[in-house]
Amino acid sequence: MEISLTHKQGNFSIDASFQGAESGVTALFGPSGAGKTSVINMVAGLMRPDTGRISINGLCLFDSALHIDLPPEKRRLGYVFQDGRLLPHLSVRSNLSYGMHRTPVSRRFVKFDQVVDLLGIDHLLQRRPARLSGGEKQRVAIGRALLTSPAMLLMDEPLASLDTARKDEVLPFIIRLGREFAIPILYVSHATDEIINLATRLVMMENGRVLADGDLEDFLSRPDLRTRFGLDTERRCLPRTNDRIAWTE
Amino acid sequence: MDLFDLTPVEIEALRLSLWVSGWAVAASLPLGILTAWILARLRFPGKNLLDGLIHLPLVLPPVVTGYLLLVMLGRNGTIGAPLHKYLGIVLAFNWKGAVLAAAVMSFPLLVRAVRLSVESVDPGLEAAARTLGAGPVGVFITVTLPLMAPGIITGIILAFARSLGEFGATITFVSNIRGQTQTLPLALYTLTQVPDGETGAMRLCILSVLVAMAALICAEILARRFAARIQG
Repeated sequence: MEISLTHKQGNFSIDASFQGAESGVTALFGPSGAGKTSVINMVAGLMRPDTGRISINGLCLFDSALHIDLPPEKRRLGYVFQDGRLLPHLSVRSNLSYGMHRTPVSRRFVKFDQVVDLLGIDHLLQRRPARLSGGEKQRVAIGRALLTSPAMLLMDEPLASLDTARKDEVLPFIIRLGREFAIPILYVSHATDEIINLATRLVMMENGRVLADGDLEDFLSRPDLRTRFGLDTERRCLPRTNDRIAWTE
Repeated sequence: MDLFDLTPVEIEALRLSLWVSGWAVAASLPLGILTAWILARLRFPGKNLLDGLIHLPLVLPPVVTGYLLLVMLGRNGTIGAPLHKYLGIVLAFNWKGAVLAAAVMSFPLLVRAVRLSVESVDPGLEAAARTLGAGPVGVFITVTLPLMAPGIITGIILAFARSLGEFGATITFVSNIRGQTQTLPLALYTLTQVPDGETGAMRLCILSVLVAMAALICAEILARRFAARIQG
């Protein structure tokens, strides 16, 4: 995953370049207003960068120099929004299959039953989104994105609208997700505990700029960076990597 | 004369009214949805002009609208003449003209209601559908349109009711011809102008009330069904 883009809107400008992991979770981390959501929207094709290049697993999605700009429906990315955004007029089952039916059969590698099983949403299939709890909604939203058999999953603070109990209900699913389907995830968050538990690679953003990016392990092994970014939080599972940090401040 | 015994003229007027109003709504609905969507979602030069033009029939005296239709679409009109010459279509003084008059008069109401419903659709949901692999047209058909349903129902009922009541533009553009353009209001007016017409006028009056109420009830049932669907 190679991302390099600039975007200017009013007084706020984004100028971000980073490399993400080809597998596992790349976390886009920073305070609110850092431009994380804008970056992920540009990756999804919902916002157009002024200049730059976005490529994922060797597939170029956007290149201003080459005038490449794939529309969102052609990018093969699954997007889990902060607010779920389930289609209110469709049942949970139809929401889940909405993207699946639009993916050619030959390209589907995620099975419906497998996803329903993994996310524990079997008993919700007949319901409308209005009758789901916040945690259930996010699980369905994750399943819906997953069922498009995407080249990458984008997650924009999928747990931010949930309380702690609901978070603990959804977080394990996201952790299992990466392992079971081997789909790389670009995960936006400003919550340290989520990052520590999920990320293999970390991209620090502030004011539309990338401050630093590298493997989580390397960040954690440097006490100065741990303190600088407030990463001194207890961790439940430890990923292992050896890469060096690209420190750009 | 009995208050519940309709004469052939009155039955004709009722059937013609439903026929004309039905066609007026059916014909203007696709264009109304498109116009509402354009006004709600796009920004372009001349948008205010378009908006004003669409609302003109709402603020102009209906007779003026009818006269403008006659001047433009009458058999010798600027548009009506070529329409007759090349396509053989004549609108003046027949039921098709009555449909057009009703459609033009009710169009602003239709567009207003539908536009509100377009504005109530969260663009975030449309963006989500795009990321799930649906193209712009697919998103419109599977997401935008279903979520607009309540506004479309309201718009249809408003336009239908307005068409049923259409008088000024109709009588000016297509006159008051029995079986062709004499809808309920025109027949009622005619009955008030002849001696012994009171009972007939009252029958048509009651009939108009019944038709309007039936339309409202239909709208209410449809709206409830939709709300129930969303709430699951």
